[in-house]
Amino acid sequence: MSRAANEATDQGLVQILTPEGQRLPNQMYDAYLGDVDDDMLRGFYRDMALTRRFDQEATALQRQGQLCLWVPLRGQEAAQIGSGRATRPSDYIFPTYREHGVALTRNVSFSEMLRLFRGISGGGWDPRENNFHMYTMVLAAQMPHASGYGMAINLDQHGWDEAKRAAEGDAVVAYFGDGSSTEGETHEAMVFANSFNAPVVFFCQNNQWAISVPFDVQSKVDLVHRAAGYGMPGIQVDGNDVLAVLAATRWALEHARSGKGPVLIEAMTYRLGAHTTADDPTKYRMSEDELAWAPKDPLIRLETYLRENKIVDEAFFAQLATDGDEMAAKVRKDAMAFPVPPLAKSFEQVYAEAHPLIQEELAWHLEYEAGFADESGVGEK
Amino acid sequence: MTVFNLPDVGEGLTEADIASWKVSVGDTVEVNQIFVEIETAKSLVELPCPFAGVVTELHASEGDTVLVDQPLITIDEEGEPVLPTGVPEPVQVANTETPNHSEEPGPLVGSGPAADSAVRRARTSRPTPSAVAARPSAANKAGASAAGLADTISRRAQGLGQAVAREVDRRKPAMANFMDRVLAKPPVRRLAKDLGVDINEVIGTGVQGEVTREDVNSYQGQREAERDAAPTYWGHGAQGGALIERSQVRGVRKATAKAMVASAFSAPHVSIFVDVDASRTMEYVARLKKSRDFEGIKVSPLLVLARAVIWAAARNPSVNASWVETESGAEIHQKHFMNLGIAAATPRGLLVPNIKNAHTLNMRELAIALNDLAMTARAGKTSPEDMREGTLSITNIGVLGIDTGTPILNPGEVAIVAFGTIKQKPWVVDGEVVPRWITTLGGSFDHRVVDGDLSARFMADVASIMEEPALLLD
Repeated sequence: MSRAANEATDQGLVQILTPEGQRLPNQMYDAYLGDVDDDMLRGFYRDMALTRRFDQEATALQRQGQLCLWVPLRGQEAAQIGSGRATRPSDYIFPTYREHGVALTRNVSFSEMLRLFRGISGGGWDPRENNFHMYTMVLAAQMPHASGYGMAINLDQHGWDEAKRAAEGDAVVAYFGDGSSTEGETHEAMVFANSFNAPVVFFCQNNQWAISVPFDVQSKVDLVHRAAGYGMPGIQVDGNDVLAVLAATRWALEHARSGKGPVLIEAMTYRLGAHTTADDPTKYRMSEDELAWAPKDPLIRLETYLRENKIVDEAFFAQLATDGDEMAAKVRKDAMAFPVPPLAKSFEQVYAEAHPLIQEELAWHLEYEAGFADESGVGEK
Repeated sequence: MTVFNLPDVGEGLTEADIASWKVSVGDTVEVNQIFVEIETAKSLVELPCPFAGVVTELHASEGDTVLVDQPLITIDEEGEPVLPTGVPEPVQVANTETPNHSEEPGPLVGSGPAADSAVRRARTSRPTPSAVAARPSAANKAGASAAGLADTISRRAQGLGQAVAREVDRRKPAMANFMDRVLAKPPVRRLAKDLGVDINEVIGTGVQGEVTREDVNSYQGQREAERDAAPTYWGHGAQGGALIERSQVRGVRKATAKAMVASAFSAPHVSIFVDVDASRTMEYVARLKKSRDFEGIKVSPLLVLARAVIWAAARNPSVNASWVETESGAEIHQKHFMNLGIAAATPRGLLVPNIKNAHTLNMRELAIALNDLAMTARAGKTSPEDMREGTLSITNIGVLGIDTGTPILNPGEVAIVAFGTIKQKPWVVDGEVVPRWITTLGGSFDHRVVDGDLSARFMADVASIMEEPALLLD
């Protein structure tokens, strides 16, 4: 590893904005925050607040039977907005299924995202439009995809010197969680990315809980220490500190983009809500645990900083609340208006061309469905 | 009128129990206002209302089980609020709550997931685009309800902390109930539910008192045998047609009989009773259940009574004694230690094992000792040593729903306290009749040792703790 890489690894937990809203100087990372002005700070708060509002509306829609499932992200807004805002539009993102905040930074429509959770689409948005891949429901399956994509970037950019790569090159961000960190695919993906110097930033949101499994069961050491085993720099960052996440991700992307290989970021955060709407965290974790994390909420500390430095006024928050409600109402309206594709449509999407077996199965399905004709209307309310 | 059917809030759930309604008929609701808390096989879930309007009907009562896709609430989207006069109170259908203070955990009202129902989800045709498109009329109103969800975006730092604290408070009872649950694996719970057996009634013999499949089956077997036998009982003899069924008196029955005769005819019994308002004890027990120190430990009003008896005996030590006939005449042996006996119904019959040196135990240790004693007794593993050298006993007849009785002294002891059932009864407080948790304490004493005034003082002391457990802190 280079000297810079070692420096990154030796930093300990990177924190720029304390839970009390105090901004700390940082010798290494301040250089990566030079452009952060009041407008950008207000923007980060707005991103996080809108993401949280969206998350609430989607949770309510699920409880009202309008979504099959929802994956709440409350508490992880800073890790997602900070890292998402560090990417370039040409960078490619591989999310898990919880990266609603990253999606916002990639201009993916919140409404469109609900198609998947409404059960009417296998994806919901075109990944090529925003370089934001489809959500991956299978834990860690996106990790080898990310390494492969990164290796392909190297092929595309073969012969570029470091300066050209830094200026025009692409990079990949692979999101994963502490639960996925122990999947075999994560290991393989990290091995490949390092062996081939793929420009991949492995961004772990360590939210402390893999459904009901606490992190200390998942790993005896902080994940950041694993980076050394693969030969890449590892950065542990306060995942509820949007500035620290932004700076660390910018450093990591610069490192990867310029051809120096992958980086592991472990963003320490906390899932304040349930794993999904089908989960009840009271069954496996103590309320004290949740209370201890509540004051570290990413929105609180940025709000405190903005207020104390007179960067915002009350009107800012009032407007944001109104905008949030309008956005939520639109998402609700859009989601309910999505046409439901007939199941028969799924048969068209298996092969590019007609296929005898699929045709046969489609015929059987249509006949089966016709058998319910006398019950038609049962499901309509 | 818009009817909202119960959605599947988990993945593939078929039913849910109504834990509590947050609105009543006639209330005005907004979009996303929480209107009911339901309990599914997976979790307690609050449901936000999808429509704004006036509630015109709640289709189920608290405790009822509702199938997915069945009506839950009807809302008149153009309605005016009405006064809830003449609206019948929701009828409690299941889980009528009668706290008993047995060592068994209390009824798990609103806790403990229902086992998955065997009901297959009804075949329904998919909603057509037109049906889906009809919904947005409600959606349009979403924008109007800025304060729909508990969280709003511009919340202050402090506000968020409080909200989290509220959330946590809300969840605590669920956690406490969870800790209190009878241990059993899900398939065993399912078996019990399918058989219509209340798993709380089954005595567990597995590891740590876990209820096993065999326990449920044997409980059911016994129930069926009793049920089957009942119609043919009268006029049909069991052994060769004889209408009088003879059985040899042996074992614990024999020992019990001998001890009771010895006690009843050697010690002149005097019994006294006192009604007690145990509401504070109930509150105290509820608080202990939530306390971290008592996590995983069963806590019941019996624990408070046991402490009360120990406390009162120290103030009236003559009750903790025995009458001993010696060659040089009778002696009274007053004990400066408490081996507290607890009468227990066991597979072998009535036994009175005791907690040795109960006076040295703090509340938590005593709770553990009571649990161990009950567990050992239920498993039929009480040893003779466990029953030796008791100094004073409690008989917990309230477990059986009995108000009180005149207990017979455990031989060698001079006092026994009977703990009746705790029920809500009308009670006069400051001239007003209010519902309070009332129990009756009964005590029998050996009049050779304990005079009337002393027994009365002892019982009054015990009663005072049940009325105000805080006195234990003195």
